[in-house]
Amino acid sequence: MALLNFERKYRVRGGTIIGGDMFDFWVGPFYVGFFGVTSVFFAVLGTLLIAYGAAMQASVMDGVNLWTIHIAPPSIEYGLGLAPMNEGGLFQMISICALGAFVSWALRMVEISRKLGMGLHVPVAFSFAILAYFTLQVIRPVWLGAWGYAFPYGIFSHLDWVSNVGYTYGNFLYNPAHMIAVTFFFTTCLALALHGSLILSAVNPEKGSPVKTPEYEDTYFRDLIGYSIGTLGIHRLGLFLALNAGFWSAVCIVISGTLWDGAWGDWWVWWPELPIWGPSEG
Amino acid sequence: MAFIEYQNLFTQTQVRGEPEAGISSDRNTWSRTGEGGFSWLVGKLGNAQLGPIYIGGLGFASIVCGTLWFVIVGLNMLASVNWNPLQFVGNLFYLSLDPPPPEYGLSFPPLNEGGWFLIASLFLLIAVLLWWARTWERAQSLGMGKHVAYAFASAIWLFLVLGLFRPILMGSWSEAVPYGIFTHLDWTLNFSVAHGNLFYNPFHALSIVFLFGSALLFAMHGATILACTRVGGDREIEQIVDRGTASERAALFWRCTMGFNATMESIHRWAWWFAVLTTLTGGIGILLSGPVVNDWYTWAADHHYQPQYPDGNVPGLY
Repeated sequence: MALLNFERKYRVRGGTIIGGDMFDFWVGPFYVGFFGVTSVFFAVLGTLLIAYGAAMQASVMDGVNLWTIHIAPPSIEYGLGLAPMNEGGLFQMISICALGAFVSWALRMVEISRKLGMGLHVPVAFSFAILAYFTLQVIRPVWLGAWGYAFPYGIFSHLDWVSNVGYTYGNFLYNPAHMIAVTFFFTTCLALALHGSLILSAVNPEKGSPVKTPEYEDTYFRDLIGYSIGTLGIHRLGLFLALNAGFWSAVCIVISGTLWDGAWGDWWVWWPELPIWGPSEG
Repeated sequence: MAFIEYQNLFTQTQVRGEPEAGISSDRNTWSRTGEGGFSWLVGKLGNAQLGPIYIGGLGFASIVCGTLWFVIVGLNMLASVNWNPLQFVGNLFYLSLDPPPPEYGLSFPPLNEGGWFLIASLFLLIAVLLWWARTWERAQSLGMGKHVAYAFASAIWLFLVLGLFRPILMGSWSEAVPYGIFTHLDWTLNFSVAHGNLFYNPFHALSIVFLFGSALLFAMHGATILACTRVGGDREIEQIVDRGTASERAALFWRCTMGFNATMESIHRWAWWFAVLTTLTGGIGILLSGPVVNDWYTWAADHHYQPQYPDGNVPGLY
């Protein structure tokens, strides 16, 4: 694969955490590094195990269907132990591969950041996503005492899990951490739309007029809402919003069944029952 | 300790000059309001300058209509607790201004049975559409592209589907979303249950993909730009028209990582489309639920994507 015309001058040695120069090379456009090797190992093994599980499933069902592939965690009876391969052991192997691949990928990003003289924002951001996965598949199951509380691997089967676990706690939309997470997700989407739009509208102005400067961006937003966060601030804000969306998603599920076991709608009664409202109007 | 270095998460030194008055435009009919002030705290994250703002005819009318919606909803809530302000706060999340009951169909009901809801909704609709016109007109006055207005139109599409198009297709204003913290959450859950689990709605699935994808993209983009600010990564427009080392490093970071990279301009097209498609596909999914497909669960079975659990272990049921 041909290099980008400016790519050659950035292909310098260094920045590795482990392995020195041994894995410090590229394959096509991909940087390898020690963690590239471990990434590929875990990703390939995990994917093959999923394919194996899909094939096992196909033998009892009507062939392979991408949408309904379902690789289930062990049943609750296995607790926090290892399960036989066809009773959840496969799921456990795949989960280990997934965590191995995710962590390898993050560390590989650290090496690439160091090599390019960049900050570590991207691997730190990615670690929030890994944290959310770790929370769902490790922290909460361990807290509840069984790997069976993890979510299954399948496109629509994991939606069944989300749906059924949600209804276990009444209307899950009443979960205050879920409220916060959804608010962050929607706000992230709004901010992304506004940022993308603003850049595009500055560099794709009215026909025949020159590209607009950041002064025009600032003026547009100050005109519109009285504040323009600026070219640097919007990226801080976007990163902050996106990471909070992931973080509060992890919080909202890890407190369900652990710190709060009832319906989330009942959690809210502490507010109307505060003594400051006076006698209830009945 | 090479890892402990400045990551540019907050502004360390704030340079303070005269507030920027903004680009002058001969297309403005109003003058801008306020001189512009500064907030040290706001300046830690972004620009410290607050204001000025351009109100304009559209903005003025939009704020008036939006305020009327807000006040009508608030007064109806207050009336529902016998005008007791303490009870109003105590029950705030439970209070609601509901749409008319189903028996009124698309007719205009008495004020206390949904009439106020329809009046408030009309003001909200006008306020939103005027604000949309404002996003267009502000870009027009500065000779900029209309990308904000088109993106906002996608959000308005979802808003119109929920409150106007779908109720009309279903033949009843009762289908609209109530104005209340908990009641709109109840509405959302009931909507899913009534249509056989919205997770089986392919357009809902697409909408979620784009919503989560938007968070992923903004995390990737925000982090990449911040990681390159030492070499001027935040000067995006300049990097678009005259590529520098910040663009090159940002691009190569992702090329090294996943074999593919956007450019300084194209990442904003990715961003725009992901955000716009979230509400676009979401609106399609809502509009189809009821008027076209009543039960997504059986629809999924008919179209061979409903998972089966022959061993009886349904995910999430223990």
